[in-house]
Amino acid sequence: MIRNGSDSAVPRRLQWQTAEVSGLIDETPRVRSLVLTLPDWPGHKPGQHVDIRLTGEDGYRAQRSYSIASAPESENVMLTVERIEDGEVSPYLSIDVRKGDKFELRGPIGGHFVWTSALQGPLFLIAGGSGVAPLMAMLRHRAAAKNKAPATLLYSSRAFEDIIYRTELERLAAMGDGLKIVHTLTRQQPAGWAGGARRIDRAMLESEGFPPAARPRIFICGPTRLVESASQIMLDLGHEANLIKTERFGPTGG
Amino acid sequence: MAQPPISRGFRGRKPPVQSDRIPPGQHLVHDFPVLSAGPTPHAPLSEWSFSLDQGGKALKEWSWEEFNALPQTRLKTDIHCVTTWSKLDTQWRGVSIDDLLKAAGLAEPPGDFTMAHCDGDYTTNVPVDDLAGGKGMVATHFEGEPLAPEHGGPARLLVPHLYFWKSAKWIRTLEFLDSDEPGFWEQLGYHIYGDPWQEQRYAGD
Ligand SMILES: Cc1cc2nc3c(=O)[nH]c(=O)nc-3n(C[C@H](O)[C@H](O)[C@H](O)COP(=O)(O)OP(=O)(O)OC[C@H]3O[C@@H](n4cnc5c(N)ncnc54)[C@H](O)[C@@H]3O)c2cc1C
Repeated sequence: MIRNGSDSAVPRRLQWQTAEVSGLIDETPRVRSLVLTLPDWPGHKPGQHVDIRLTGEDGYRAQRSYSIASAPESENVMLTVERIEDGEVSPYLSIDVRKGDKFELRGPIGGHFVWTSALQGPLFLIAGGSGVAPLMAMLRHRAAAKNKAPATLLYSSRAFEDIIYRTELERLAAMGDGLKIVHTLTRQQPAGWAGGARRIDRAMLESEGFPPAARPRIFICGPTRLVESASQIMLDLGHEANLIKTERFGPTGG
Repeated sequence: MAQPPISRGFRGRKPPVQSDRIPPGQHLVHDFPVLSAGPTPHAPLSEWSFSLDQGGKALKEWSWEEFNALPQTRLKTDIHCVTTWSKLDTQWRGVSIDDLLKAAGLAEPPGDFTMAHCDGDYTTNVPVDDLAGGKGMVATHFEGEPLAPEHGGPARLLVPHLYFWKSAKWIRTLEFLDSDEPGFWEQLGYHIYGDPWQEQRYAGD
């Protein structure tokens, strides 16, 4: 069941709670998923995020946002963190954190970049790098809800070993429930690679996506440049602006 | 929470010198992150207009040329995004809300609250007291250059003392209201007022 405070007229107050790291999954050389156990989780919708707050031994604090990668149907909440080399928080979460460690968290947050199985029409998901995290929550939810409406994930990674959730995506695509997964590798392709070998561009969005007449719901998440260009192309192709939802992780535009 | 859990081994980056200018939970950036809920609109300037509205009627409307002929205000200020980045000493140019009211022939703001309406159907609510008296402007230039579309160009509201989602991108109308009504993010659980120094990120903060 999906419950969410933001549905009610008076939003639930977002309290900080203590998350405990109950599992760690190395997804790629630069990306790790954290499985969290939370004392009081009200449920979430696919696409929402949480804020986390770290406190150092000297009391110094840092706060960041991370998308929820798990489905609402899942027992635990999963975050997927990509290491930014000179970053303050992501190296800690993607390297240092161990099972049993605790930090503060509050959420779920955001009600715009959200998809649930109740929404009609085809689903077109466009991801760059760790931007796949909130889209994975949508795909996991779609599978759990046995939704068979056509869906496509167009997913750009640098190289084959940088593809996050690769085996799970293969499994989802093999279920034969109308999901198509298209990878493109922008920097390096393995020998015999049959997928895309360049950045997401107009030709790719036009051939892999759905025609505007099918009124697909479009979710685009990743680095700012990818989100800016893909959303502009989707508008140019004739998709309605109110069907295109975007989430920008950084890095920052000019 | 009385005692936050210590994140074992987390050191972080110590706050820089001017930490009294960085609100709680924020960190400094040197670039300019982009956050918006949908595609960036690219309206041609020939079709652009800006109006002050009340009760569904325009009190005054300006074309792009007319708008740029209004008195210009320059402002150097710090900005704070709810996603926790802050940026210091950003430089803006545009037309202050005070000058807009004057140019519209209004001695007083015609309501205590406002709703900013933007291209892309984005809205946000701001009390008049946070705009008048030199506090807010409609900005058309950033760091001496025309404001880039992804940062809200051709014109965005600028209310730098509130979280930056209140500085609505692609503004086209400022509507005066008698009561405070929630805008786009405010209806989605974000704080109705959004003071970074009180850390008013979400409803109830
Ligand atoms: C709504 C929302 C959801 C998010 N979800 C996720 C998620 O699921 N997984 C995830 O890994 N991140 C996510 N992010 C980004 C995350 O919040 C942090 O910004 C990121 O982890 C970097 O933090 P840091 O402290 O390591 O780097 P910082 O110390 O904040 O920044 C260091 C440098 O890296 C640059 N930088 C910041 N973010 C990125 C980026 N994404 N790519 C490249 N350069 C960057 C900064 O501009 C800066 O120059 C999300 C952000 C938002 C706003």
